[in-house]
Amino acid sequence: MKMSSVLLNSKSVNQSNAKLKTEAVNLYYGSFQALRNISLEISERAITSIIGPSGCGKSSFLRLFNRMNDLITGARVEGRVEIDAISIYDKTIDVTELRKRVGMVFQKPNPFPMSIFENVAFGPRRHGKKNLGELEDIVERSLHQAALWDEVNDKLSQSALALSGGQQQRLCIARVLAVEPEVILMDEPCSALDPVATLKIEELMRSLAENYTIVIVTHNMQQAARVSDLAAFFMMEEDRAGALVEYGLTSELFTNPKDKRTEDYITGRFG
Amino acid sequence: MFGQRVSLAIAEADPQKGLKRRWRLGERFIEGWIFLAGLLTVVILLGIIILLVKEGVPIFFHTSPWEFFFGTKWYPVSDPPTFGIMPFFVATLWVTIVATAMAVPIGIGCAAYLSEVASSKVRETLKPIIELLAGIPSVVMGFIGLMLLSPLVQSAFNLNTGLCGLSAGIMLALMSLPIIVSVSEDALQAVPDEFRQASYALGATKWETIRHVCIPGAFSGITAAVMLGVGRAIGETMTVLMIAGGALAVPVSPTDPMMPMTAAIASGIGNAVRGGLQYQALFAIGLILFIITLTVNLISDKVLERQKRKFAR
Amino acid sequence: MAIRTTASRQLSQRAAFGLLSVSAILVVVPVIVIILLFVINGSGAISWEFLTQDPSQAGKAGGIFPAIVGTFFLMLGTIVFALPLGVMAGIYLTEYAKENWLTRSINLAIVNLAGVPSIVYGLFGLGVFVMLFNFGMSLLSASLTLACQALAMTVTTSREAILSVPKEYREGSLAIGVTRWQTIRHLVLPQALPGIITGAVLAMSRAAGETAPILIVGAAFLLPGLPQSPFDQFMALPYHLYTVAAHVPGMPKSTIWGVALVLLAVVLSFNILATIIRLKARRRRLNA
Repeated sequence: MKMSSVLLNSKSVNQSNAKLKTEAVNLYYGSFQALRNISLEISERAITSIIGPSGCGKSSFLRLFNRMNDLITGARVEGRVEIDAISIYDKTIDVTELRKRVGMVFQKPNPFPMSIFENVAFGPRRHGKKNLGELEDIVERSLHQAALWDEVNDKLSQSALALSGGQQQRLCIARVLAVEPEVILMDEPCSALDPVATLKIEELMRSLAENYTIVIVTHNMQQAARVSDLAAFFMMEEDRAGALVEYGLTSELFTNPKDKRTEDYITGRFG
Repeated sequence: MFGQRVSLAIAEADPQKGLKRRWRLGERFIEGWIFLAGLLTVVILLGIIILLVKEGVPIFFHTSPWEFFFGTKWYPVSDPPTFGIMPFFVATLWVTIVATAMAVPIGIGCAAYLSEVASSKVRETLKPIIELLAGIPSVVMGFIGLMLLSPLVQSAFNLNTGLCGLSAGIMLALMSLPIIVSVSEDALQAVPDEFRQASYALGATKWETIRHVCIPGAFSGITAAVMLGVGRAIGETMTVLMIAGGALAVPVSPTDPMMPMTAAIASGIGNAVRGGLQYQALFAIGLILFIITLTVNLISDKVLERQKRKFAR
Repeated sequence: MAIRTTASRQLSQRAAFGLLSVSAILVVVPVIVIILLFVINGSGAISWEFLTQDPSQAGKAGGIFPAIVGTFFLMLGTIVFALPLGVMAGIYLTEYAKENWLTRSINLAIVNLAGVPSIVYGLFGLGVFVMLFNFGMSLLSASLTLACQALAMTVTTSREAILSVPKEYREGSLAIGVTRWQTIRHLVLPQALPGIITGAVLAMSRAAGETAPILIVGAAFLLPGLPQSPFDQFMALPYHLYTVAAHVPGMPKSTIWGVALVLLAVVLSFNILATIIRLKARRRRLNA
């Protein structure tokens, strides 16, 4: 898909502010091609949503950026994936460092079976921080940023599994924030949550976007319209490989889509 | 100006801005040990094979394999010594046949009872008791056979001694029962309920369903269970050492005193000169024993895999 | 129109069910009888002196203290070798191994090792630890031999325990830049610990009851003192039982029952301990 349809206003930007970038990327699981020829630039400190019908490779695309696809045997990436203009599939890249910079929140909240404090402190501890005072500061800061501090500050030593679904998801976000990433990937973060919890998380996303680059996969179009600055519409082609159909400002994509397929999806003719 | 030059220099020196591969030597070290530990089981298995072959095969330079397998005289200290293992092989055969003949029908029947007939309360009570049986050490079973069973067998069959293949076989049956029951019960439980429902819907009684649907459906699993039980009986040492009688003649009936292969090794190895002919002969018996139990276990493992695949959806 | 199964079919069913319950009885009754006999015959011999004194009069009198100590040394020695190696092998198989011929060989080796007769392990211990490594007939050789036998079990139970930790935990940890080993050490292993320990306790229980290997590799009947180093020979309950039951003429019956009862008590109490650990862990996981 040509990049010429990308029109970015003063906030977003020109090439040098592309935080993440893919160039002609193909993704294979064994002999099955999951993504075809994806070329896309994700802007810094904006919320970009990846939308499209289920099965079109949105999650696989997201996982390109933190190399979580590596965990699947037979997964193979062709083409270039960059963060800050550095190719991340290079053999000299440290995947663990990459995942510190590019954090991920999953569809189903997955707090560790530990206390709330330990959950958030887990990442910093593993990265070498031992001083309890320092850890306490980090935990407090992260829980504040995740809009969860007020609800849990008096029960930090309780098990994280006792929290509600929405709280658990915010805890997972706090856990990611604690390692000070630059990018936060969110894979359908609200699909397992009720509408109230969902709205809280959407608010949270907007506040986080001032400091972090956020990419969110969502099958909920209204959410994409509410929350994101830019949207990329993916679709599955006949051989079930996912391809990028259209990418642009959310407002434009939803009111004036340039591709008929985008228009069909948005108006609900399929999906 | 200078600052710009410095940061440019830094950027050039580290074009990947901190994402470069870290060494993490401490972790590599631990992961190396983990890999070695993973290999350990293969190493031990190979070690067993190599040792048995190295120490046991030399006997065949002294006694031909034919004489070894089919010879009936085991006189390690005579001059010249003869090493024929038929007495041991036939003894193993006898105790295994006795044990299997008793344990298989009882074990399968018990498994069918637990799986299909018993109420869950009965099942929850019986299963721990059967697990208890599985936990009794073989030397204790040997002791029980010695103290309690062999006098009974002696008087019941009017024998000179109750230390014979029959007594050993009965105790071996008891020892094989838990594994036969457990694996058979798993196999029966694995038969999908839809089959039973279909049978009832056709008007069959519960017993008819068990007989014509459940048991045939669990056939491979039950076969595997039987093979595991047989393997257990063949490989058991202390029980047969203590109860089977230890006689060196080829046993003609189960009520003869006899010495199965495992007992032959256990009783002979203490006296054998290390590296001497008897030593080699005993290791050769060990090799044969290893091959037999290995084959039985491999086959039952394959059969169990096939049963799992049969009902995988 | 009456809808009933014919009388003969009902009769066959009742007869068949009768036979099935008889099978169950035939399995269960001997166990109960055995336990009862032990309690009746053995408890008479058990006394404080029996448990804490050395044997005298060639074992016909006195106590079995050294045999009890020897058995505990053996259990300890077995688990000291078999547990760490078993856990590491379990970690390798679940977290690092790829699906290739090497992994298949390892799994095959584990299945095979589990089926090797204990006397063959004894021969292995004799050839390798006693002779090749020159440890001689000793506590060390016996512990290593029993550890080889226990390894198949500790690997299998560790592997299952680690596999039961949900993969979502691992994903969540890796996705915030924690290395694979750190994830295992700080997240997966603590969760898998109850299962691993259950396996270890069961392996110890089995080691306590094994006779054939130690018969060949270092156990002795009457020794002047307790083993002072791992290179010494040792007494052990199963070997003691075997000898007094089958090789000492004129042995008072109650003593033999006593030895057997003590051995049985040690083995069964560890089995029960393992079951308790397993049940408590399951209850805790369901409540979390």
